[in-house]
Amino acid sequence: MEPVEIIEGCVSHLPRADVDTDQIIPKQFLKRVERTGFGEYLFYDWIRDGEIELEPNPILVAGPNFGCGSSREHAPWALQDFGFEAIIAPSFADIFYGNCMKIGLLAVILGERDCRAIAEAGAARIDLDDQTVDFAGGVLRFEIDEQAKHRLRHGLDDIGITLQSAAAIDAFEAAAPARGADTRSL
Amino acid sequence: MFDKIWDAHEVAEGLIYIDLHLVHEVTSPQAFDGLRLEGRGVRRPDRTIATADHNVPTDGTMAARLIADELSRVQVETLERNCEEFSVPIHSLGSDDQGIVHVIGPELGLTQPGLTIVCGDSHTSTHGAFGALAFGIGTSEVEHVLATQCLVQRRPQTMRIAYTGELGAGVTAKDLILATIGRLGTRGMVGHAVEYAGETIAGLSMENRMTICNMTIEGGGRAGMIAPDETTFAWIEGRRAAPAELEAAVATWRELPSDDEAAFGTEVEIDAASLSPMVTWGTNPGQVVEVTEAVPEPTTETEERALRYMDLEPGRAMQEIALDRVFIGSCTNSRIGDLREAASMVEGHRVADTLTAMVVPGSARVKAQAEAEGLDEVFRAAGFDWRSAGCSMCLGMNPDILSPGERCASTSNRNFEGRQGKGGRTHLVSPKMAAAAAIEGRFVDIREWE
Ligand code: SF4
Repeated sequence: MEPVEIIEGCVSHLPRADVDTDQIIPKQFLKRVERTGFGEYLFYDWIRDGEIELEPNPILVAGPNFGCGSSREHAPWALQDFGFEAIIAPSFADIFYGNCMKIGLLAVILGERDCRAIAEAGAARIDLDDQTVDFAGGVLRFEIDEQAKHRLRHGLDDIGITLQSAAAIDAFEAAAPARGADTRSL
Repeated sequence: MFDKIWDAHEVAEGLIYIDLHLVHEVTSPQAFDGLRLEGRGVRRPDRTIATADHNVPTDGTMAARLIADELSRVQVETLERNCEEFSVPIHSLGSDDQGIVHVIGPELGLTQPGLTIVCGDSHTSTHGAFGALAFGIGTSEVEHVLATQCLVQRRPQTMRIAYTGELGAGVTAKDLILATIGRLGTRGMVGHAVEYAGETIAGLSMENRMTICNMTIEGGGRAGMIAPDETTFAWIEGRRAAPAELEAAVATWRELPSDDEAAFGTEVEIDAASLSPMVTWGTNPGQVVEVTEAVPEPTTETEERALRYMDLEPGRAMQEIALDRVFIGSCTNSRIGDLREAASMVEGHRVADTLTAMVVPGSARVKAQAEAEGLDEVFRAAGFDWRSAGCSMCLGMNPDILSPGERCASTSNRNFEGRQGKGGRTHLVSPKMAAAAAIEGRFVDIREWE
């Protein structure tokens, strides 16, 4: 994953609430076994039906509860592959938010009015280190989990970090009686 | 209960040990690729199990190589190859144990109280019905669990929804959860592990409890849970993965339920006795009314768009809405109990000749059980299409899809735009409501029917 520091540029706006992952990347495109190439199918039906237009800018401003529905990581993959580096919204669905952070797609939570103002300004500069969004209307601060920020800043691989705790995992397995059944015995 | 399970699984702060990892073909290929790329293995294949469900045709195709759709076939074959390479046990197409991942876990007895369970699928919340902590994860997390058997997680907040009273005749667990989401909204549970409690829940079967926990994600919840009790223990007893020392296990499981003085971040109370059969009218599960009601006036732009998509006008009685298709299936409502309920409505009737209806058992074993009980005959005699196990028309990644404009009564969990096929219009209902709708060609209040 690429380290995230400054994300700067024009803003695309999708002012809809509860946009679900079935819209972001419809299921017929989930059949690929690769991680790349999903961008061209982003919002496939909405874009093809002329319901929305979307420029592949670095920043997307979206509505509340963005990314609800299925756990498909194909949704953040598609957004990233399309060209977005950050999404700003009043709120995100839990699994989607986690998925974005895992792949280095920065998800920024700001109030509904702030989101609208940034969209109207048309361009912004996000500084992850300072946790700020700078745009024609002013400078806004956003909150982000310290650990998640650290990983994004340094482009760290989660698995690599966890494997540093291998001894703790070994100890946990050794100490606790194994829970559940052996799946190979069925 | 949530706190007890969480605390017992914390390897380090924010690092949770996973007891059971369920894998399916759609969200795993890129995770296995990642392992290969880094030269990593699967840490605990003995706590991992795979099945093929999302892509599989339900017309009785017997092996992955016979799946006609090339991309689907490649995905299922990739899963089979990956499982072989990494020694992960798999029940693929053609296995007696194949089925929807959330149906086979409990069926095999793998889903047990007190476990942490994850799967690359949002409806993993289903398994919480057994007093497990179960939630959906993304593909990067699937890879993380395969490699480390752990997951980096922020501790969610807790919520308890307590139900009082008994459900009325014709009102089911599906109606209870639809009504709950209707009341709290699709964002009402975001960031929360939700415990469903109260006398109403205690009186429900395991299958009904699974239906409720399954749809937690539709309310935005991270995990849904129900305290284990005698009903839970009786379900597990005799299943293949049940603990050898069942009594000892039950003794530890009895310790799991929340203490009386347990504190929850949010508490909600719902009078279950006042609930009615529910039908969704819009394009998310929170857009729902009682079957006796009419399509509501839209109050937001989102609702206006939903009505346009669903081709409905405010004021139209739900019971006047004519249907083209009926789908009974999905991880929400495809277990033997669901099929029995649906069959009980169908006996002695014919499917309306204005629509087509299908029943898709959740697993190969549910199918076999239903056939042993003669339920397949009941459905067939009434004009239903009787299919093989899979996700089927819940998400239309396989040949079972709606055509543009078709209107469907569905026992699945999502009525999102295009979920069951581009341009398809989905109304979520219980199995009984779906069965009656198939007979009448429109929604009926099953409390007054016959
Ligand atoms: S039945 Fe539907 S919701 Fe359940 S796992 Fe399959 S696709 Fe997902």
